[in-house]
Amino acid sequence: MPGIAFVGLIIELPNAVADDNTPLHPPHPSPKLPASRREPKLMDLRFTPEEIAFREEVRTFIRENLPADIHAKMKLGHHPNKEDTVRWQRILNAKGWAGLSWPKEWGGTGWTAIQKMIFLEENQVAPAPELSSFNITMIGPVLIQFGTEEQKKRFLPRAANIDDWWCQGFSEPGAGSDLASLKTSAKLEGDHYVVNGQKIWTSTAHHADWCFLLVRTNPNARKRQEGISFLLVDMKTPGITVRPIISIDGSHHLNEVFFDDVKVPKDQLVHQENKGWDVAKFLLGNERTGIARLGKSKERVIASIDMAKQVNANGRPLIEDPTFRQRVAQLQVDMKALEITQYRVVSAHDKAGGGRPDPLSSVLKVKGTELLQATTELAIDVAGPMATPIWAQELAALNESDDMLEASSASVGSYLFLRAASIYGGTNEIQKNILTKAVLGL
Amino acid sequence: MDFEPSDDQRLLLESVSRMLADNYNFAQRKTYIAQPEGWSPAIWSQFAELGLLGLPFPEQYGGYGGGAQETMLVMQAFGKALVVEPFFPTVVLGGTAIMIAGTDAQKQAILPAIAEGSLKMAFAHAERQARYDLNDVVTTAKKDGSAWVLDGSKTVVAHGDSADKLVVSARTSGDRYDVEGITLFLVDTNAQGVARRGYITRDETRAADISLSNVRVTEVLGEVGKGLAIVEKIVEAGIAATAAETVGAMEAMNDMTLEYSKTRVQFGQPIGTYQVVQHRLADMFMTQEQGRSMAMLATMSLDNADPVERAHDLAMAKVGVGQAGRYVSQSAVQMHGGIGMTEEYAVGHYFRRCMVIERLFGDPAYYLHRLANEVA
Repeated sequence: MPGIAFVGLIIELPNAVADDNTPLHPPHPSPKLPASRREPKLMDLRFTPEEIAFREEVRTFIRENLPADIHAKMKLGHHPNKEDTVRWQRILNAKGWAGLSWPKEWGGTGWTAIQKMIFLEENQVAPAPELSSFNITMIGPVLIQFGTEEQKKRFLPRAANIDDWWCQGFSEPGAGSDLASLKTSAKLEGDHYVVNGQKIWTSTAHHADWCFLLVRTNPNARKRQEGISFLLVDMKTPGITVRPIISIDGSHHLNEVFFDDVKVPKDQLVHQENKGWDVAKFLLGNERTGIARLGKSKERVIASIDMAKQVNANGRPLIEDPTFRQRVAQLQVDMKALEITQYRVVSAHDKAGGGRPDPLSSVLKVKGTELLQATTELAIDVAGPMATPIWAQELAALNESDDMLEASSASVGSYLFLRAASIYGGTNEIQKNILTKAVLGL
Repeated sequence: MDFEPSDDQRLLLESVSRMLADNYNFAQRKTYIAQPEGWSPAIWSQFAELGLLGLPFPEQYGGYGGGAQETMLVMQAFGKALVVEPFFPTVVLGGTAIMIAGTDAQKQAILPAIAEGSLKMAFAHAERQARYDLNDVVTTAKKDGSAWVLDGSKTVVAHGDSADKLVVSARTSGDRYDVEGITLFLVDTNAQGVARRGYITRDETRAADISLSNVRVTEVLGEVGKGLAIVEKIVEAGIAATAAETVGAMEAMNDMTLEYSKTRVQFGQPIGTYQVVQHRLADMFMTQEQGRSMAMLATMSLDNADPVERAHDLAMAKVGVGQAGRYVSQSAVQMHGGIGMTEEYAVGHYFRRCMVIERLFGDPAYYLHRLANEVA
């Protein structure tokens, strides 16, 4: 790893094994340590008073404005539905808090990356519905970076207010981790591209008004990456068929999307034709700071501890079980390490004024999703046998309510759903490939 | 929030790194270990000349005026070079003891002497029956006129054999596990009744078992009966410093493993071209970075005025860094294959240093137990 600027400390030191032939005790004049007094500004793990005040402001705003029904539902561990997400995002947008990392001129918050982290964590821990990542962290920044003035004006305000629900048309049956092998084609005919092909694993396509789509515009390009373009497609266009894929948690989140002679106006091309891979790379690498979703893991641990106080094991409340406590403690240690790594990444990002993505963000993705999986696993283990029925339905049929039972089956929902966390956004194996190349230089 | 070292800190690190690059390669290190002391007095003098031995001391006591962060940077460099000189027990443990509990006269007498390289110290606290429990002290100190008389024995005292002065804990009142009643004393190692048996530890540094029989001392460090709080702060400084040292060792092991994966050819290709090896290297890198985050947490928690929060963060760091060091060490040997098992190759030496650090002042299981008790 020599030469890599680790965030936080740039250290290039000799190895003890570096050179066995150096003569012993060269009378090297040892320079004194730099004589100047240390600067008052040192490395500092603490938040500034402004950041602490900001956290309080966010927490208070969420407490006072998150609709009670949404909060109650999410406290039990249920997913927010489309309406919940829209309702909350519009409240945030009215406050000016939807365009998380967008510049102010486009209705963004203008926050630092640290502020953004604080907001995301508070919003997840609350728990409140997360902002639509397709709108806020994907298409928004893409249009700000690559879009025409016209495209920005047309789409950005509606994306912030979730007047348009966006989905991402990237993966195909034959192009998963190997995204550049995608085959969906687009041919320019007059003023329109004509799109044919199939996308898969398209999250929330059934809710979506618009789709940002990777298509092949030049099948004969020298390199596969050079024949790809990035299109914006109205989901109401004739020729689009959305078919549901039901996930292992029973939810309808994923879809197949078929394109059959779909006409897309030429002015809905983003960036240049055949330069779509640059846009895709920007999109995938742009917003990794939130990918760890540490707040969600924290929320799951808090929920597990709450549940553990209400169930017994070996005649005692589970919360008193040393094995359980140790498991929680280990997760807290791992979450703490990730939290600090995350702050190292974002504070470096703030200092550098943005720029290219930090390879350390792959560490955030891998470790963050491992924790999402470990903490949701903790919750189902607390739920124990009561995790197996789908209680909401049973309780409704019996006209009873029992929060603990509902929380038990909801915990399984997120456990099953988040098995995808190490698959989406570039599988964790792909992240290790990225680290291998970017950091290790292999 | 800021994780970038200041310009002065960078310069400090450069000076130390240059010094180690010139004087501390693996072959040179071997010759230092072979010296009668088990380390190199010449290197010790160079540390003194460079100003390292007074690094965290205030300038009025002949120090450089650095703090825990400067210690972190230097310990990281020492970890990378596997430095065997008694910097840690003298400057970090001894120095911390004097800085936090010493009277002005004690500071005047001791800190400048450490800084100029003429005084070495050791922290004689641990006893055989205590394992990692800091409050488990049975060595006794009985008042006799204006002096105290110490009886008992201390074990695995890092660099206890070369120390000139010891910080010794003894019970002035109460029973074995009592939190109250522990007092710290400054004991000259040539005092009547002090017997030391020095030995080499698995990481090729030195330690000693020390017996105290009827040792008359007059110098108390800190308040009588209130020594445990000081011991805890010394240990916290020690945890932070050795966490940084572990980070340096992990960097070295990862560098070596990466280099080896590029040069070792099997089945006609460098082993680094195989994805199974690449992913292990990626895991080692991620673990190192998570460990680095925890080492930073340890250092930057030291000045937290809230003792409960401080102890909690240091416990977390001890667990995180210990587990990280263990994973990287074991993986580094595994990735090297047979050569990693050999005494002549450096990787096994880093492995052993990490192993020794891991069980200094409590291992991950010990601290995880504490953290588990705090879950609520």
